[in-house]
Amino acid sequence: MDERTTEFLDYVQSGGQVETGDWMPDEYRDRLIKFIEMHGNSELMGVLPERDWILRAPTLQRKLALTAKIQDEVGHAQLIYRVVEDLGKPRSACLDDLVSGKAKFHNVFHYPTRTWGDVGVIAWLVDAAAIVSQKALLKCSYAPYARIMKKICWEESFHILHGRDVILALVTGTDEQFALVQEALDRWWEPLMHFHGNPIPPDEDPMYVWRIKSQGNEEARQQFLEGYVPQIRELGLTIPDPALRREDETGTWLYTEPDWEKLRAVVTGHGPASEERLAFRRLSREDVAWVERVVLAEAA
Amino acid sequence: MIFEVFRQERKGQPFQHAGSVTAPNEEFAEIYAREQYGRRQESVALWLVPRDALHEIDEFPDEFGMKYRRVDGYSIKARLREAREKAGTLELAPGASDE
Repeated sequence: MDERTTEFLDYVQSGGQVETGDWMPDEYRDRLIKFIEMHGNSELMGVLPERDWILRAPTLQRKLALTAKIQDEVGHAQLIYRVVEDLGKPRSACLDDLVSGKAKFHNVFHYPTRTWGDVGVIAWLVDAAAIVSQKALLKCSYAPYARIMKKICWEESFHILHGRDVILALVTGTDEQFALVQEALDRWWEPLMHFHGNPIPPDEDPMYVWRIKSQGNEEARQQFLEGYVPQIRELGLTIPDPALRREDETGTWLYTEPDWEKLRAVVTGHGPASEERLAFRRLSREDVAWVERVVLAEAA
Repeated sequence: MIFEVFRQERKGQPFQHAGSVTAPNEEFAEIYAREQYGRRQESVALWLVPRDALHEIDEFPDEFGMKYRRVDGYSIKARLREAREKAGTLELAPGASDE
């Protein structure tokens, strides 16, 4: 590592922040692009599981709230791709890599949404897991990314509220409605435990070393468990992991080790809904290409 | 084109940089900025500025060492002590008993 890079590393590790025009090592720029692009892809792909339920939402109010959430997530994708563009990778290239399967998106968006219970679990718990990661990005060493995270976290908090409301309506309803939530939780627990990644020590995680992330994977998962396991259990729901418990002396949550090979397979495009989702994104990109052409031609 | 967006949260507050939008012209930039930064009533006003119109200055050299314009240009502590010693009031000074 050359002297300039070492200095840069010291700077970010002691809390320093970097702006778009500042000098940065190539490795830092490449890692930023990859990480932020994946975040943008996830926001964009994340609306597809929910989109399936717009037409099937149980009430008009729910339909409006779900549509608003979807607009928020697409808005996040736009903000995030803007940050990637300023780092040197155009949005069209990000979308090309996404639909070709070259770029990744978050594991939770590779799964189908079978019932309205899934919509509640996603908005409440998947967004809760996401907000843990995103809050840690408020301290990202790359300042333009950290700044937009403020707006994103603020909007995610609405989603959690919406999701919790959906869940509360169901668990206070009929036995069938309660069972719908329990069944959705049973299916979503594994993806939720995968969400923050394998427990690699922070100092061996390049994203932490460059202070792109401000906490390690396990720390994020522990925060999620600490915040949400009690909230899930107080509703009378059962988390499908008999080993899950809090060690009182240390405050650490113990759980059954998730299958990390499965996570790797899912995020590399081998999840139960990966192919279908990518096919849909490809199709909609082709479908709306004419809009882009018309708008750009008219504006020119 | 890239437009930088500045937003004002409440009347009387400064405009702060919020982010940027890519748009083919001002008309589209306005629509995008309204959607991104105003749809939840979180702003009372927005400024849209084409990025090319911004002129950034980020270096402030001080070749002449004009420290007298800054707080760190004045070392009051040592001189005050000397003055108090001379006047014989050192024990009366605030915090003297802590030393």
